[in-house]
Amino acid sequence: MSILIDAQTKVIVQGITGRDGSLHALAMREYGTKLVGGVTPGKGGLEVKGIPVFETVREAVEATGAQASVIFVPARFATSALREAADAGLSLVVCITEGIPVLEMLASYHYVRKRGVRLIGPNCPGLITPGRAKAGIMPAAIHQPGNVGVISRSDTLTYEVVYNLTRRGLGQSTCVGIGGDPVVGTGFLELLELFERDPGTSAVALIGEIGGEEEEQAAEYIRANMHKPVVAFISGRTAPAGKRMGHAGAIISGGKGTAEAKVEAFAWAGVPVADRPDQMPALLKERMQEDARRGI
Amino acid sequence: MKLYEYQARELLEQAGVPFPPGRVAASAEQAARAAAELGPPVVIKAQVLTGGRGKAGGVKMARSVEEAGGRAREILALRIKEIPVARVLVAKEVDIRKEYYLAITVDRSAKKPVLIASVSGGVDIEELAVREPEQILTLHLDPQAAPRKPALRRFLSRVFPDSQVEEALGLLLRLYRLFQSKDCSLVEINPLAGLADGSLLAADAKVVLDDNGLFKHPELEGYRNAEEYSEDESAARAAGLAFVGLDGDIGCIVNGAGLAMATMDQIKLFGGEPANFLDVGGSSSPEKVLAALNILRKNPRLKAVLINIFGGITRCDDIARGILIARAQAGLDLPLVIRLIGANQKEGAELLAREGLAALKDMSQAVKAVLGAARP
Repeated sequence: MSILIDAQTKVIVQGITGRDGSLHALAMREYGTKLVGGVTPGKGGLEVKGIPVFETVREAVEATGAQASVIFVPARFATSALREAADAGLSLVVCITEGIPVLEMLASYHYVRKRGVRLIGPNCPGLITPGRAKAGIMPAAIHQPGNVGVISRSDTLTYEVVYNLTRRGLGQSTCVGIGGDPVVGTGFLELLELFERDPGTSAVALIGEIGGEEEEQAAEYIRANMHKPVVAFISGRTAPAGKRMGHAGAIISGGKGTAEAKVEAFAWAGVPVADRPDQMPALLKERMQEDARRGI
Repeated sequence: MKLYEYQARELLEQAGVPFPPGRVAASAEQAARAAAELGPPVVIKAQVLTGGRGKAGGVKMARSVEEAGGRAREILALRIKEIPVARVLVAKEVDIRKEYYLAITVDRSAKKPVLIASVSGGVDIEELAVREPEQILTLHLDPQAAPRKPALRRFLSRVFPDSQVEEALGLLLRLYRLFQSKDCSLVEINPLAGLADGSLLAADAKVVLDDNGLFKHPELEGYRNAEEYSEDESAARAAGLAFVGLDGDIGCIVNGAGLAMATMDQIKLFGGEPANFLDVGGSSSPEKVLAALNILRKNPRLKAVLINIFGGITRCDDIARGILIARAQAGLDLPLVIRLIGANQKEGAELLAREGLAALKDMSQAVKAVLGAARP
């Protein structure tokens, strides 16, 4: 079992004829994703190594029955692509594009929400259900099927954690990168809820960072609602206030978004916080064994 | 991107927000001339991007043209939070009866623009939020629709006297139009002055622009301020790198912001001090690695460098090539610890091995190695 995507999910790529779009479309297909088509306006009727290219998302959906889309179009066109995907009736949209203006994203967030579309990203590595399908850009080889759910605001740091999990024999049910921008579609809370309900997930690794209050809200949610063990890591403990640390969302301002506050919130919620990425497997195993002893 | 007060004021004035007459001056003479034109008394304010200029002596009153020159000279000699003051704003003093606060920003959690207002303006809003949170009123706006005047009126009538609500509403609508049309992260008027004649005047303003929105606004390019970024940070931006200088002596070059922060954190955790945050980003041209090493080497405190790469879009062999080119071109004489893993790690490690460089696979091991190399 898994969340959001499995081997049956039919996926299209928006921006499939671009450099990144074509590269990752082929990598996804090679991994086993049911990649049924692509969209690039003006390139309808072409093929990318056997993958049909459509003029619009609606045409692609009508011809292929696609349920999900992965967006690689440049920032200045990305929110139109998002809205087009939402209008075409897809249920899952993953936006890899980085650099989208926040105010555009605010309006588009509510637009796609209203149409019942689950949006992951923007500015994210996407998601993968190991051994079944991936809708993103992560290196597939480090993953292994299993029962740990992974959610993260980062990309390469997620790979670091996944690599350590796999190395210590902890496979993953689904790994989701939610994105490093101040405003993203699906947050920690909704994914925690999905993992809590997923019979294929028995524990969750949450990778947060400085900025915003999503980790604090996640801690509250976990304390009130989660039965499955959650283990966290927070990056940016040494980051100075007022400086944007790469991600547009990773900034400590007005005394908010500090690593201390997040670590404290997790401690209050009974969520162990690893000091280093490579401590996460041991913490997860400990918590999972406790659960097993209690017969959950 | 933060703007100076005089730049924020320029944008707000264009949007139709009234300010007391003012001039920018870069010398005591210019400031005196401005005071003569405006007619004293005037306020002279340091133009810096950091907060707390008042406490640092960066805001002074002058009752005559001569005094204006003298005060400006004092302020222009200041360093506020280590940044020298290059310009002052000379503004005509107005008779303020009441100071309000008015701002629009983005609420990340609610995913909506949020209007913030207070009857206790003129002070640092973050301090006020801690001290007297009940003094701060907020109203979320629908990002998909035009603002609804009745709701705004109701909100403003909790802050302003009835006689000023309509004027405040007009001002707020102009402020919101500016916020939307220029992709702002923050527009703030503090204080918004209530004058003796009952009118409202912006006595100070702050604007922060969304870096991601700048491509839509070539007209704002001229507002880019060197002061916001150090020389190294500017060089890094030009090379497509994200860089933040810190006080330590262990340099790091990492791909991805989260992993870059985690690398700094682990250096500290193991007893070292990171010299910087540096994210080479998703692509991995050898030129970026070269640019990164060149920026790091300028730091005289630097004792060793850690390159931590988790290949994905970034390929380890490209990084290895960059390291070798940088070494050949720059003659790097500091200890270098390299950790390569992920896409094309084998090819990358082989390229390095041919030149006698080792590539580690484990992050903790790499951090220990760089700390060992820095303290022989």
